[in-house]
Amino acid sequence: MAEDSQGTGGQVYDSSRRQWPNEFNVFAALILIILIFEGLGALIYGQSFLFDSKDRFDSIFNEARLKIIILQVSIIGIIALGVTQVILTGGIDLSSGSVVGATAMITMSFAQVSEVNGLPNPKAVFGPAFMDLPVVVPVIVGLLCGLLAGSINGLLVAFAKIPPFIATLGMMVSARGVAKWWTSGRPVSFPTDEYALIGGGMMPVFIFVALAVLFYLVMKYTVYGKHTYAIGSNEDAARMSGINVARHKMMVYAIAGMLAGVSAIVLTSKNLTAQSGMGIIYELDAIAMAVIGGVSLSGGRGSIVGTVIGALIFGVIISGFTFLRLDAFYQEMVKGGIIVGAVILDQWRQQRAAMKA
Amino acid sequence: METSGDGDTILETHNLTKHYGGLHALEGANFALTRGEHVAIMGDNGAGKSTFVRQITGVEQRTKGDIIFNGEPVQFAGPIAAREAGIETVFQTLALADDLDVPDNLFLGREMTKADWLGPFRLLDYKGMRDATLAGLQKTAVKIPNIRNTIRNMSGGQRQCVAIARTATFASKLTIMDEPTAALGVQETEQVENIIRGLKEQGESLILVSHNMRQVMELVDRIVVFRRGKIVANLRKDETDGQDVVAYITGAKTGAEYQDAA
Repeated sequence: MAEDSQGTGGQVYDSSRRQWPNEFNVFAALILIILIFEGLGALIYGQSFLFDSKDRFDSIFNEARLKIIILQVSIIGIIALGVTQVILTGGIDLSSGSVVGATAMITMSFAQVSEVNGLPNPKAVFGPAFMDLPVVVPVIVGLLCGLLAGSINGLLVAFAKIPPFIATLGMMVSARGVAKWWTSGRPVSFPTDEYALIGGGMMPVFIFVALAVLFYLVMKYTVYGKHTYAIGSNEDAARMSGINVARHKMMVYAIAGMLAGVSAIVLTSKNLTAQSGMGIIYELDAIAMAVIGGVSLSGGRGSIVGTVIGALIFGVIISGFTFLRLDAFYQEMVKGGIIVGAVILDQWRQQRAAMKA
Repeated sequence: METSGDGDTILETHNLTKHYGGLHALEGANFALTRGEHVAIMGDNGAGKSTFVRQITGVEQRTKGDIIFNGEPVQFAGPIAAREAGIETVFQTLALADDLDVPDNLFLGREMTKADWLGPFRLLDYKGMRDATLAGLQKTAVKIPNIRNTIRNMSGGQRQCVAIARTATFASKLTIMDEPTAALGVQETEQVENIIRGLKEQGESLILVSHNMRQVMELVDRIVVFRRGKIVANLRKDETDGQDVVAYITGAKTGAEYQDAA
């Protein structure tokens, strides 16, 4: 290509000499993990993990399992897209799981039908005036709930200068309180048919992919994305360069909150019910997806693509354990190990980078 | 281009003074810089060099006195305002974002954009910034293996060069460098000095704060010496030598016109 090397007196723009993107390594890890499960499956049960082992001609892959893996990671993956942005600024968001819980309860209350099988809705939260509403109402309510929670996080972090860990930990506890208080702990059920369509079938996957593409473009091609990286990379430099750091952080936390709201809408629609315990430890799963995908907890490094691959790795591991018929207890134990392992790997990478420089 | 009666002067200070509580860090500094001139500021630690620079670049607010930049009295609210007016500063601590590449760093906070109606989500003009970066680097003769590499992977000299290249890229009116080679090795220092020579050829005005006598004698037209918060000498390079300058720095001599001040 002609554009590959624009030399001007010694310095060039040469795309062939660009640094090896970290996402390749993450993708290689995904392939490696799949191969390990394939190997273990062949050895122990004589079955293939992802490929169709029943010798049918119409498919190469085990579509059912692939669908489960992708569907499983989609709802938490939506949260992970927001958490990625927060971590890129050098912050953390521990509140997203609880925000999902609170948003789920409130949103579902605006999505209920008045009659179930000819009888009044047994789980009704409001009177008939707030039932059978058009689908846009609960969706807007859900987005606003998430946005509000995220904005409060942003205010605390950016303007009150409270460490993100503490600010979002407070929100984590309080939002869970809201979720329980809303109906005194009773589940909210029976949504309208239109609302049930949002998370029906493979819709969560489509929503996740659409949002992932959107935020990939936003992070890579807009000023918002560039400033997010700049703040996480060197906050003082960002400030000295004229970036309004507080306003930008506020925006990042608000967007992360709104994505937790989207996740709550999709989740309640898929399950056709909302419970106050929804979304527990989703925040840690979302952080794990980002960290596994190469997003550095110290900020500035990582990408949406990495997080999406990280989400797939996360899904493959969970699904792989089920495939190997390991109990859920073991899954949780190993999940914790994976998160810590990913952080160790990140720190090791940083030290190596520091030594090279 | 000239905006005042004395259009050849880019920067002037009258009676510039800065007190930190009871500490008189800078006392009545009268300073002038001609367009295209390269001036070194020398002096011992604590002599007031950095304080002087901080008042001009708006990092701090002066106690009293006037600053006239480009023919107009100025009162910068902060370093960003100074930069917008055309004063580009290369700080001792580099204001670079390690995880971004060269064009991103040059344009940090003043990105070239498209589709501005998108507000904070307006699009970056990567190609425009890349081309401007290459032009700026060419102007300063800075050599960087690949501008798409992140700053993290660059040597100290290359980082300093990136910081200096901002000046050339944005066609500033005045460049201030605060000990640009203090942390650099021999070869890297040479590279930075070559860039400074390049700036001279292009008629850029420069204030160089430095402790390095050899460097100062090689690079600048004039040397201003600070001692204990006051200007004690204003020496044309051709009319002085290293020993003479040292005498002023240590206090063995004081310029005739500054006898009262000292």
